[in-house]
Amino acid sequence: MGTGELLGGVRMRAPEPAAATGPRPDPNDAAAAAAAVTLASPRRQALSLLAYPITGPLFALICIFVVFSLTTSTFMNAGNVSLIAQQSVVIGTLALGQTLIILVSGIDLADGAIMVLGTVVAGSIASHGDAALAMVLGFAACVVVSSINGLVIARFRLPPFIATLGMFTIIAAAARLYSRSQSFPIASDLLSVLGSGPEFGTVTVTYGTTAWAALTLVLGYALNETGWGVHVYAIGNSPIAARLNGVNVTRVVFSVYALAGVFYAFAAWQALGRTPIADPSGYQIANLDSITAVVIGGTSLFGGRGGVAGTFIGTLIVVALKNGLTQAGIDSLYQQIATGVLVMLAVGADQYLGRGHRLGQGHQA
Amino acid sequence: MTQVFAVDPSRQMPGLAMQAIGLTKHYGHVVAMEGADFDLARGEILAVVGDNGAGKSTLIKALAGALTPDSGQVWLDGEPVRFASPLDARLAGIETVYQELAVAAQLDITQNMFLGRELRKPGVLGSVLRQLDKKRMRKQAAEQMHNLGIRVQSIRQAIETLSGGQRQAVAVARAAAWGRKVVILDEPTASLGVRETHQVLDLIHRVREHGISVVLISHSMPEVFAIADRIHIHRLGRRAAVVSPKTTVMSDVVAVMTGALPPQAVVSAALAPAGAPDL
Repeated sequence: MGTGELLGGVRMRAPEPAAATGPRPDPNDAAAAAAAVTLASPRRQALSLLAYPITGPLFALICIFVVFSLTTSTFMNAGNVSLIAQQSVVIGTLALGQTLIILVSGIDLADGAIMVLGTVVAGSIASHGDAALAMVLGFAACVVVSSINGLVIARFRLPPFIATLGMFTIIAAAARLYSRSQSFPIASDLLSVLGSGPEFGTVTVTYGTTAWAALTLVLGYALNETGWGVHVYAIGNSPIAARLNGVNVTRVVFSVYALAGVFYAFAAWQALGRTPIADPSGYQIANLDSITAVVIGGTSLFGGRGGVAGTFIGTLIVVALKNGLTQAGIDSLYQQIATGVLVMLAVGADQYLGRGHRLGQGHQA
Repeated sequence: MTQVFAVDPSRQMPGLAMQAIGLTKHYGHVVAMEGADFDLARGEILAVVGDNGAGKSTLIKALAGALTPDSGQVWLDGEPVRFASPLDARLAGIETVYQELAVAAQLDITQNMFLGRELRKPGVLGSVLRQLDKKRMRKQAAEQMHNLGIRVQSIRQAIETLSGGQRQAVAVARAAAWGRKVVILDEPTASLGVRETHQVLDLIHRVREHGISVVLISHSMPEVFAIADRIHIHRLGRRAAVVSPKTTVMSDVVAVMTGALPPQAVVSAALAPAGAPDL
């Protein structure tokens, strides 16, 4: 139907003067009336940047860089910065899929296991066969398993936490059974290509780093510029409201898990680029790391708030913090404590800001 | 055991926005609707009142496509219709505002207004890259808010930054924008304060002025008497009476609603003749 005309002047009468809205004694309304309906001004857009959810994570990342630049001599150089990027790609790519799922109020505890399955499937086939076929089947394994998660969660309404916890143990065991707990060294250039890339002195910009950034941009576009993206946020806000407005909630939630599987497949590819060995017992806490990156990046665990730009920064925060603490010679157990504190701060900030929004204080100019 | 009411086609009245005859709905042994009639004139505000459990919601759901009646017939603009889903009803020009549930709090006004009906950019950007035309949607949303005299600071405000009345106003504005024929409002003021209630009632008047028929489900008698052209009183799964607030006093409406007064005791304002047989 001609949606474009529906809201226009066709059926509607000429705009009434603003005064025709009846008595409004309240001072709040007087202020609102003065503003009336306006399209956002550039000034308002600039102000809304302050409320933009990635401001906090970005500030935290800058602080980490400043502190370690001052306290260590090795942190702030081009070689180490490119290393941080390379250390980020696996969890960063995994966290993109995780972001998508958390945005629809879900959670995926199986993402790391699915990724490992992808590496093992690809590695085993490549060890005595065609690398391209190995790649295709590795991708397929990730997408199929994540789609099964999507099916049981979207269609059969299992709670995401339970469904993916079950899938986590199933897939972790299945990957070991399939590989007979063997590791597969990767000889194929295709499978390990993301670990290489052009070198500029001490700096290596790997294809994996570029791919991570590109995937972030593509997903950011899908979330911010398409109707599907609006529906993802709407479902995270209120599945009932989304459904009542004609959004096919089951289909969108399923598509979210299926698409997350594509990102897990890319993460598997990234993992083979980082360490050219497909190990069924690797990346055991990658699921928690990916959730940490998403939460620190400002995406709300309640769904509907956040995005991939935050996750990109959140991943860098986690990795840069670990990297910096290592450079400073601090025990890795303290690194874990620091990450835990950061998660709690991030969730606390989410709660605090969320409350501010609900009280309507977030957008006063 | 299900009693089926034959629908006499001669009872269909031309010129009504919406009409229903002999709607029934049974859930096992529970009778939710028992030969309910309904009529709605073009451009009127019809209030639907009834005690809890009288079957108002069932009637409204049948009209809005949220449930399919076991028997009976619905007409929209004189044409017989059968809705398999709320989407069918929406495509036919009937919009429903559900109490409190209908908006996504963290999306902005425009996104809520166009939720499920987003506009895409023309050309390749829209068809291949599926890019939204945010500018066009914002412009149209601003126009719609302006036409209905709803004031907000910005069309890009998240719903959660609005007051309860403003939120409900956005939901009503959305329904009015898309509902070409009928807007059904399910207790739109139930959670609002006095001043906000007045704003929403004002808004309902303006929606009607734009030529849209409004069905208002409400528990508040003063509100019903302030705004309705006619009052449909629902009792025991069917229409007990339709009265005009001008000729019937509030206490009589309540009496018919609760069964203290027989429907024959009030002056009927029904447009179509009543036809459900006595049980």
